[in-house]
Amino acid sequence: MSTTATLLRGPRGGVLALETIGAWLLALLWILPLVYAFWTAFHPSEFSTRFVLSAPWTLDNFVKAWHAAPFARYFVNTVALVTMILAAQLVLVTLAAYAFARFDFPGRGVLFALVLVQLMVMPDVLIVENYRTMTFLGLKDTLLAIGLPYMASAFGIFLLRQTFKTVPHELDEAARVEGCGPLATLWKVYVPLARPTYIAYALVSISYHWNNFLWPLIITNSPESRPVTVGLQVFSATDQGIDWSIITAATLLSVAPLLVAFLLFQRQFVQSFMRAGIR
Amino acid sequence: MQTRTWITAWLLLLPAMALLALFTHYPAIANLFHSFYSTPKGARPVVFIGLDNYRNLVEDPIFWQALRNNLIYAVGTIPLSIALALLMAVWVNGRIAGKGFLRLAYFTPTILPMIAVANIWLFFYTPEYGLIEQVSRSLGFPSHNWLGSQSTALLCVMIVAVWKEAGFFMIFYLAALQSMSPSLAEAAAIEGASRWYYFRRVTFPLLMPVTLFVLVNAVINAFRVVDHIVVMTRGGPDNATELLLYYIYEIGFRFWDSAYAAALTMVLLVLLGLAALAQFAFLERRTHYR
Repeated sequence: MSTTATLLRGPRGGVLALETIGAWLLALLWILPLVYAFWTAFHPSEFSTRFVLSAPWTLDNFVKAWHAAPFARYFVNTVALVTMILAAQLVLVTLAAYAFARFDFPGRGVLFALVLVQLMVMPDVLIVENYRTMTFLGLKDTLLAIGLPYMASAFGIFLLRQTFKTVPHELDEAARVEGCGPLATLWKVYVPLARPTYIAYALVSISYHWNNFLWPLIITNSPESRPVTVGLQVFSATDQGIDWSIITAATLLSVAPLLVAFLLFQRQFVQSFMRAGIR
Repeated sequence: MQTRTWITAWLLLLPAMALLALFTHYPAIANLFHSFYSTPKGARPVVFIGLDNYRNLVEDPIFWQALRNNLIYAVGTIPLSIALALLMAVWVNGRIAGKGFLRLAYFTPTILPMIAVANIWLFFYTPEYGLIEQVSRSLGFPSHNWLGSQSTALLCVMIVAVWKEAGFFMIFYLAALQSMSPSLAEAAAIEGASRWYYFRRVTFPLLMPVTLFVLVNAVINAFRVVDHIVVMTRGGPDNATELLLYYIYEIGFRFWDSAYAAALTMVLLVLLGLAALAQFAFLERRTHYR
């Protein structure tokens, strides 16, 4: 890639230096909120707005935050929620994408259009009616209620259908000759070949649902079913007597698993988001 | 034989279609239906009231303000985050020192929950103690309550949105830039084209499909993401940061007026439908390339 840049006239030394400074300034601005959060969370509260190098480091804020709200329970809920949604999505999306990619049947166009509707009208905006439905089903305040509207994912069906379409027909036919039925062919030929797409989709799905907030806020009202995002909001909204250092510590706690995973598998994350973006 | 194939396909689709019907198609239609009825209150039963909810809506100044705010929010955040995303992608794809770190820094806000980063930004904007106050005070500016005053509150939440989204959109541009053939740049180099000329006449037009894709996503997000409003302003002060979905949330789940919330949701659905039409028109055009 660097060859293309050198081929073209410019950037000359001065321009490149300016651009480098600009890029770095923007990057620093972009991570400033995180750096600031780290500072506040790891220092006693009297240093939360005073930046002196001699400030003592402490883990007290994390300990206090952990004991002030049932964060352990919130984490268990979020992990269970994200796992449940992803597992259901993988099964449903695989079956549907296979049908759309490799079967010819009446109504295919209409049904596919009906799937695509969800790309625009996401469950996030249908909160009033979905709340009504969940009340009717008696599922209010459960993890299942948070997850159900997202399990049939139009985005996933679309993404996987594109991948399945690139599988050579010869492989498909070879499996049939071996005596495989449709499901066996799907399992033995298509699923293994679509591995990178599955990883990409899984990462996007996990970060989306780990971070999701409004619908879980509406449909839950007890610590037993709250995911960590809602737990964090409930914790920081009751602001009597809780100081900023503790709220920041709680904030970092709640993003820590995702942030650590991201920092460890940075390349994989970025590649996955890229792959999910190229449709 | 053919019928068997059909049945197999339909069975494969059944679970996903059933859930989609239950949680996407049905609620959209039921929403329209319920918007013509009254909200049940205590012993009062639900009655058909025709267009009354919509009449209320037209006369509701907060609705108009939410709509206006949402448009300002969209127009203010979308072009800026797309321009920044493009700039970031070009930088990260170029030969600048420390590309790995830059990409990490730009992208990190994407994977963090809006609710969590809004908490951090909230402290930035805090009067007296907040970081912005400290900087501006040391420069001799008078104190200003950024989130507490009507003139700046919307701007503050818009900045958070741009910060959160630019790195996400950068990824799509970066993917497209990386798949671009180097022979184009070689040809341009032979012609003696400057870097800016090459960007304007070659790179940017080639990125057009990505720009349109990102644009549609940005429009949806401008109407879909209100998590930061919940944390930072709750629509205030005096409705200055009231966005459409947040207003629906307030009406539906704080005042429990589900019928009026249904009418408001219809407006949101129409707006998203318009975005969908725009995207379909664009997809139609793009099929020529395939």
